[in-house]
Amino acid sequence: MNERCNGLGGGFAAYGIYPEYRDCYALHMLVKDYEQKEQVAEMLQEHVNIYKDEKIATRTVRGISQDYLPWRFFVDVPKKYATNADNHIIDLTIRINDTSDALVVSNGKNMGVFKAVGYPDQVADFYKLEKYEAYLWLAHGRYPTNTQGSWGGAHPFSILDCSIVHNGEITSYGTNKRFLESYGYKCSNATDSEVVAYLWDLLVRRHKLPIELASEVLAPRFWEQIDRMPAEERRIIEALRITYGSAMVNGPASILVANGSGLSGVAGKSTMVGLTDRIKLRPMVCARKDDYTFMASEESAIKAVCKNPDFVWAPGAGKPAVAMVNGDV
Amino acid sequence: MEMFSSVPEFKVAIDAHRCRLCQRCVENCSFGALEWRENKVKAFDDRCVACQRCVSMCPEDAITLHRTPSVMSTHPVWTENARRDVFTQARTGAVLLASTGNELHERIIFDNLLLDACQVTNPAIDPLREPIELRTHIGKKPRSVEFEAIDDGITLTTELSPALRLDIPIMIAQMSYGALSLEAHEALARAAVMSGTTMGSGEGGLHKKLYQYADHIVVQVASGRFGVHLAYLNAGAAVEIKIGQGAKPGIGGHLPGIKISEEIAETRMIPIGVDAISPAPHHDIYSIEDLALLVNSLKEATRYKKPVFVKIAAVHNVAAISSGVCRAGADAIVVDGFRAGTGATPKVIRDNIGIPIELAIASVDQRLRDEGIRNETSIIASGTIRNSGDVAKAIALGADAVKIGTAALIALGCTVCKRCYTGRCAWGITTQDPKLRSRLDPAEGARRVANLLAAWSIELKEILGAAGINSIESLRGNRDRLRGYELDHTTLEILGVQHAGR
Repeated sequence: MNERCNGLGGGFAAYGIYPEYRDCYALHMLVKDYEQKEQVAEMLQEHVNIYKDEKIATRTVRGISQDYLPWRFFVDVPKKYATNADNHIIDLTIRINDTSDALVVSNGKNMGVFKAVGYPDQVADFYKLEKYEAYLWLAHGRYPTNTQGSWGGAHPFSILDCSIVHNGEITSYGTNKRFLESYGYKCSNATDSEVVAYLWDLLVRRHKLPIELASEVLAPRFWEQIDRMPAEERRIIEALRITYGSAMVNGPASILVANGSGLSGVAGKSTMVGLTDRIKLRPMVCARKDDYTFMASEESAIKAVCKNPDFVWAPGAGKPAVAMVNGDV
Repeated sequence: MEMFSSVPEFKVAIDAHRCRLCQRCVENCSFGALEWRENKVKAFDDRCVACQRCVSMCPEDAITLHRTPSVMSTHPVWTENARRDVFTQARTGAVLLASTGNELHERIIFDNLLLDACQVTNPAIDPLREPIELRTHIGKKPRSVEFEAIDDGITLTTELSPALRLDIPIMIAQMSYGALSLEAHEALARAAVMSGTTMGSGEGGLHKKLYQYADHIVVQVASGRFGVHLAYLNAGAAVEIKIGQGAKPGIGGHLPGIKISEEIAETRMIPIGVDAISPAPHHDIYSIEDLALLVNSLKEATRYKKPVFVKIAAVHNVAAISSGVCRAGADAIVVDGFRAGTGATPKVIRDNIGIPIELAIASVDQRLRDEGIRNETSIIASGTIRNSGDVAKAIALGADAVKIGTAALIALGCTVCKRCYTGRCAWGITTQDPKLRSRLDPAEGARRVANLLAAWSIELKEILGAAGINSIESLRGNRDRLRGYELDHTTLEILGVQHAGR
């Protein structure tokens, strides 16, 4: 897979890795040094209860710099903010990212993002990922095209329990970014891809759209198709397009979205969604083997982890492939 | 007292070898610059406006027009135009009248904005192979869409406001019947139907012959309230309240009685031959809350089925005013820049009041976003849209759609001679003279305007495709796809655009 990236960014999201702290928000952070970690901890104490904090285990790996000290905090929200806990955590994240060099890379429950500048296999080694057990993994190798390679610019991008990886370049970035800003989101400008995470958060968590309709917003069908739909269905799709036109993700995109168990895609179930742009300028391949589901922008990625899948298929342009986890995780 | 008499601006040259004395030019000149005297065509240069009618009509190509070489000594401050204006006003003691748009400010910011294209890292899209969409909805949009679960699915609970659906993000601006001939008005209405867009009725009501096109006409309500009645309001695709226009912010309108023919009188609902005066303000709008009342009365009168627009001139405080207009319930705000055209305006007003449309769009769009009300209204930009590049740039700065006035008239045959206010338009566009009117064929005119809009639409798709965008929504407000070139820091900051190279 290293043929498809250039060593300027690799990353993973893992779900179900902190069962003992499943009710806490796990803040994965990149700080410069111990001193900065103390400053961040001080700031956190003013706004949340810290249950535990620790260095994220790493090992020295050739190709990964010592630029950051990865750290995690397990926190929960004081009672007075309880009704608005998720937004409280988002606001806090924005404040930390804005006012310090420290970077919160994920803040969901029972999940975490591990990323760095390097090839994905180096990043996995660096974070000792072999020690984690997860029910859902996202992985990404970056070949940056519109911003420089940076730890923050590596994928996945995450907000609460939602993480995304994206292969492509978003030509509607300016429109998406300004649309999100009017809903209170703040884009770091580290790369175009992060807007997808925020759009998904807005549509699925805040506006409670089902996955199929959220996908319809990101990759809407053409007016010509909409015009031919049965009346009631057309009314819905038309309303979505008119309302969320600025949320359309234009340009080549092969996107994977993971939603953890704490929030939910549908009925509280953990989900993984694969989605391409509406004219499929990037591929998307899915496969099943027993009760595993694989999704990737190249079939070779699937074959690398699963030699003989039961079956392999390619979802249509702009049509979401959805995998759900049954039962508790 | 002997006075210097200014030199005519143009010189009509008739090639005597070519001229076969057919007198077609004499017949066609509506400004009296050519007369038949002593068996030949005599030119009166001081009456020539360079409208090109004679040049076009001469079967022998015998006529050429020239700018008269200046015989005045030059001066950097007292330009020939400056002196000419003083002479005229010293002679007449009158306000200088002008047509078309601002002539004082030649620099157009659009020309210093550059569009983006894809290279390598993402594919450009070929509009001949892939669909690229221009459909545009003008009107209030909800902030979120809500559903309710029903037995076997979901049902929409969000009620959408009435919106205007356009096939292209380009509308034809408000120009009245009275300022325009009926033929020009009809041509624009038919072009709007052919192009899947709308034209504006202007403030002079709608001739009964044009009601058949009314679902493609935005009917205007201006301070004179000419031709406004219930059927008129309900016939239109949308209703537009005109507070001001870019060519004459803060100034009313005046259609002289001589132009008020029987048909215009009937359409405007005023007596024949009486001056039609539009006051500077609406006499029932002296503050923003009064505007809200009018917006709501018009919505009431149209049973909440029509979007109501409010048109304002881009003046200094346009962003704050737009916020107020949006909160007054306007479904769209038409912002008319200081280069917008008109049939007649005091020259000093035209050339000195208002701000450029580019800055106005950028600041209005940003202000509405900052206040979280951008979805409550659409922004329509007008005043300087000369080509599809301007359309794309206006939309990337934040407009939902644009309106074209002068460009549509040029498509009808206007040569921008700037004499609309004389009522002698040689091309049958801004005249009520039946003989001159008959020169404009509405069907042919409609086809030409529709051609223009079709050509711009193809070009817009090329621009979008090059930028790797397959729907106009993704260009809207996408200032990342613009760069400024040789623009100063403050301009760039207001536009929200980076300098080229960044």
